[in-house]
Amino acid sequence: MKSTAAIGTGLAGGPGGSGGGPAFGSGRGGGSAAEFVQRHGALVVLAAVLAAAALTIDGFFSLGNLNHIAVGAAFPAIIALGMTFVIVTGGIDLSVGTVFALAGVLAAWASQYGSLAALALPLAACALIGALNGVLIAKARLAPFIVTLATMLGAWGLMLAVSDEGTETYVVPDGLAVTPMVQDRFLGVGYPVLLVVVLFAIGGVALRRTGWGQSVYAVGGNEDAAALMGVPVARTKITAYTLSGLLAGLAGALNAVWLGSGVTIFGIGIELDAISAVVIGGTLLAGGYGFVSGSLVGVLLLNVIQNIINGIGGLSSAFQQVVSGSFLIVVVLAQNYLSRRRERV
Amino acid sequence: MTAIGMPAVRIDRTRVVPWLQEYGVYIGVAALLVFNVAFTPHFLSLENFRTQAVQVTPVLILSLGMALVIATGGIDLSVGSVMALAAAMISLYLGYGPVVAVLVALVAGAAAGAVNGALVAFAGVQAIVATLAMMIGGRGLSLVLLPQLDGIRNPGIRELGAGDVFGVPYLVWISAALVAVVVFVVRRTLFGRRIVAIGGNRRAGELSGLPVRRTLLAVYTVCGLFAAVAGVLATARLQASDPNSIGQLIELSAITAVVVGGTPLQGGRVRIAGTVAGAVLMQLLVSTLIKHDLPPSWTQIAQTAVIIAAVYVARERGRR
Repeated sequence: MKSTAAIGTGLAGGPGGSGGGPAFGSGRGGGSAAEFVQRHGALVVLAAVLAAAALTIDGFFSLGNLNHIAVGAAFPAIIALGMTFVIVTGGIDLSVGTVFALAGVLAAWASQYGSLAALALPLAACALIGALNGVLIAKARLAPFIVTLATMLGAWGLMLAVSDEGTETYVVPDGLAVTPMVQDRFLGVGYPVLLVVVLFAIGGVALRRTGWGQSVYAVGGNEDAAALMGVPVARTKITAYTLSGLLAGLAGALNAVWLGSGVTIFGIGIELDAISAVVIGGTLLAGGYGFVSGSLVGVLLLNVIQNIINGIGGLSSAFQQVVSGSFLIVVVLAQNYLSRRRERV
Repeated sequence: MTAIGMPAVRIDRTRVVPWLQEYGVYIGVAALLVFNVAFTPHFLSLENFRTQAVQVTPVLILSLGMALVIATGGIDLSVGSVMALAAAMISLYLGYGPVVAVLVALVAGAAAGAVNGALVAFAGVQAIVATLAMMIGGRGLSLVLLPQLDGIRNPGIRELGAGDVFGVPYLVWISAALVAVVVFVVRRTLFGRRIVAIGGNRRAGELSGLPVRRTLLAVYTVCGLFAAVAGVLATARLQASDPNSIGQLIELSAITAVVVGGTPLQGGRVRIAGTVAGAVLMQLLVSTLIKHDLPPSWTQIAQTAVIIAAVYVARERGRR
């Protein structure tokens, strides 16, 4: 896999050219201010927002509220992790929202057969949907957005079929073995939060330190060049989309266990939050450049803003979407500006 | 309009695939019509055709704007949210009378489209990203403006949604007029030629002195305006502003109608007649499934399969 590693550092420039994926930061030392903003901009904004909220809103920094934010961010974060892989390959996955909903209903339905079924069934179904996306995009070479938009509809249809056209809400029975593992806390931190930390650590290592991760950057940087150099383009893409489906399924299943039922209307539009979070975190939608830690920061930032909006009386939660959309545009404009500057250097 | 210049890969495919791309949509419509005439009771009634024509209106109007955007090689995911924005505007400004309310709604839609266009043309943002942000933000904004469903009792708006001239509903007249305008623009005007030229090769268009940015801005503005028209008409027919559910997932139907109709997603070519047939195909498909008592779940799964199949067949054209 040494050859792919070399490709990764060589090709994964994305539009920026010098902003190579894996080589970025570690190999290049400090880098310019533009690179710093691209890399850590979201973190700086998060810190600023947290500081402002702490000064102006009473009780914002209480342990209860912070835990509330962290747990609320946990499930979107799992989805955003899978989305990061897909976006770094230069694609997009719009189906994760309804896949998330489908997984929740499947998990709640299967929970009557025990904990194992409650996790295995949704994970298998969602990984299959992800794999279908991947095959259609990588092998049949269809545009990612239209394929995943179609499977978004398909997953929604499946969810309706399982839940008796959306009228049936399956309830997770009491005393399910997996329930305490989702709802309890360890040293004051909810288990889902710990799971997110573990998953992001694994995801970060997989993207930065494995041959597969190098292939992901190479495919996103320049697909044709990657194929010419022997990177398994189709396999890399299929894995990325399968992982995205699988992680969305995991988030949906855990969310259902957390809530105690398979809520059918949950998850609409969550794919947009996930994409916003990934892009805000510094990953380029053009592909070839990105990192999972940024996505985590992006999810946290969106959830902190949501928490603040909810805390301020009189603002509806729809306001969050306005902020989210504007944020997305500001970040993308900033990224465009930064990568143009880098090109000039 | 024939498939000259398709290089031969395999004898069968070179003949069948372009032919399917060209005429598949009409065959699909014909097949569905035959099926319905044979197996659906009361299909051949004037009332039914009226209903179908009214129901296809929003998707048809959206797909006209979408066809122009796709012809430039772009995409507009925000049309459903722009519909919601228009619906919210109608409800908010109805106090000034129906004409003002409709005008404000149309201006809001055109403005949303212009923002998309400016981002794509001048800031160089990918179309999918710019319109995705508008899709999120537009829906949010319309929900902030109008948090829940609001019934509309205004007689003017009611008349627009339910009235007719010579037995043909206003909605159908309006969509027919828009189809005629778009056909004229695409076939007979410089603007139409520029759209296709930009989609074919943007760089070449720039080098040969076409006003690429201005054209893109205009195309996205028109798409937003058409989305607002669809939103106004849908609101008038529903006799209620419902920014929460109006236009949900409708961008998918509109894109499919365009692609099924023979406009490739890569741009550089536009087929309005095919797009109209594509919109009719999607409408007939859904209504056939519903009339044969398939639950919504299976309707959506069937739509998924049709969309993927259509995009799969259409894909070949782009790879020369």
